[in-house]
Amino acid sequence: MGRDDALFQYCLRLGDNALVLAQRLGEWTGKAPIIEEDLATANTALDLIGQARMWLAYAGEIEGSGRGEDELAFLRDVSDFRNVLLVEQANGNFADTIARQFYFDAWNVRALDALSRSRDPRVAEIAAKSVKEAAYHLERSADWVVRLGDGTEESRAKMQAAIDDLWMYTGEFFEADDIDRAVTESGIGFDPAALHAPWLEEVKRVLDDATLSTPAPGYMQRGGKQGVHTEKLGYLLAEMQFLQRAYPGAQW
Amino acid sequence: MDVTAAARPSVDEIRGWLAEVPDPEIPAVSVVDLGIVRDVQWDASGELVVTVTPTYSGCPATELIAAEIARAIRGRGVERVRLDTRLSPAWTTDWISDRGREKLSAYGIAPPGYKVVDASAILRRRAPETVACPRCGSQRTSLTSRFGSTPCKALYRCDDCLEPFDYFKPH
Repeated sequence: MGRDDALFQYCLRLGDNALVLAQRLGEWTGKAPIIEEDLATANTALDLIGQARMWLAYAGEIEGSGRGEDELAFLRDVSDFRNVLLVEQANGNFADTIARQFYFDAWNVRALDALSRSRDPRVAEIAAKSVKEAAYHLERSADWVVRLGDGTEESRAKMQAAIDDLWMYTGEFFEADDIDRAVTESGIGFDPAALHAPWLEEVKRVLDDATLSTPAPGYMQRGGKQGVHTEKLGYLLAEMQFLQRAYPGAQW
Repeated sequence: MDVTAAARPSVDEIRGWLAEVPDPEIPAVSVVDLGIVRDVQWDASGELVVTVTPTYSGCPATELIAAEIARAIRGRGVERVRLDTRLSPAWTTDWISDRGREKLSAYGIAPPGYKVVDASAILRRRAPETVACPRCGSQRTSLTSRFGSTPCKALYRCDDCLEPFDYFKPH
């Protein structure tokens, strides 16, 4: 695999994680449980959209065939998306949304921190900019895990169920494939497995604080990074891409 | 109007113009106070190059800020102006000027409570900070939400004067 092919795919993965999660969070706008969380959810989505734009713009430049951030976001089909399965999972109840966010944030902060030392200067600067935003996302999602977990009987049960249900989508973060190996070798990316121990330590610390139990190791779903998605992503894209598909080139 | 080298306004003079361009989200402070304007230079061809850096990567005001800067400069008769965006080093609240901090506080927004220096100060933090109320100065305040009306702010409430207020988060 050429250096540019791997870097292109790698940037798609980073950009698609941010884009798909942002789109999911946007679904809460106007109907979150309280107005403060409506704002916080939308603000988190906004940060992620900004990060997605930077990664996808760079992916387009690396690819060099004239596709920009907009073409990559709005005109790719589901099997060309490279996000992990976790971020495309449905919002569910507020605890489901928080569990998904917490698992992602705890990984994202570490991934971006590692990438801020990338040998590719553009990757390093995008990551250095994004990691500070991700740190604030993690503070909020970890807070909510504790608040709901160490809350009422009902909130605790829902938070534990959400943590358990989404657990099988967390394995993909830490599994390396040829693309991960290529970018790790060239000093652009990081070894996914190296983030597992620090991620698990943080997850466990927060779940302990929340009086929740950490799920046991078990079967993990995989495929998102290679474009094999759950059925949920197609519906998300149908909504997100509708306007550009129906009215190609439409602009605000 | 084409500006010949002799008749060009100085970089300091241009910075002075930009010091009057308000941030669209927080009009109490200017784009210079916030540290968004990183560089102002005339290039060899006589074009004015203003380098700006985005605050938050998803900040919707970024494009408007660039347009407002170009408009302020063209309004003073400099036609050939170009806006460049620089990502690195990443914008930090450490760049907010002392004047900017005073203006934020007077506007009712508590300025960032510590210097970030590098991201590690944010990454290693564990507990919410004590933030003084910008209205009454009390240290008895509580965090309401980690995000306010914009990503750069958190919502706090003063437990003495009971007023809610925004806190500009260290970034």
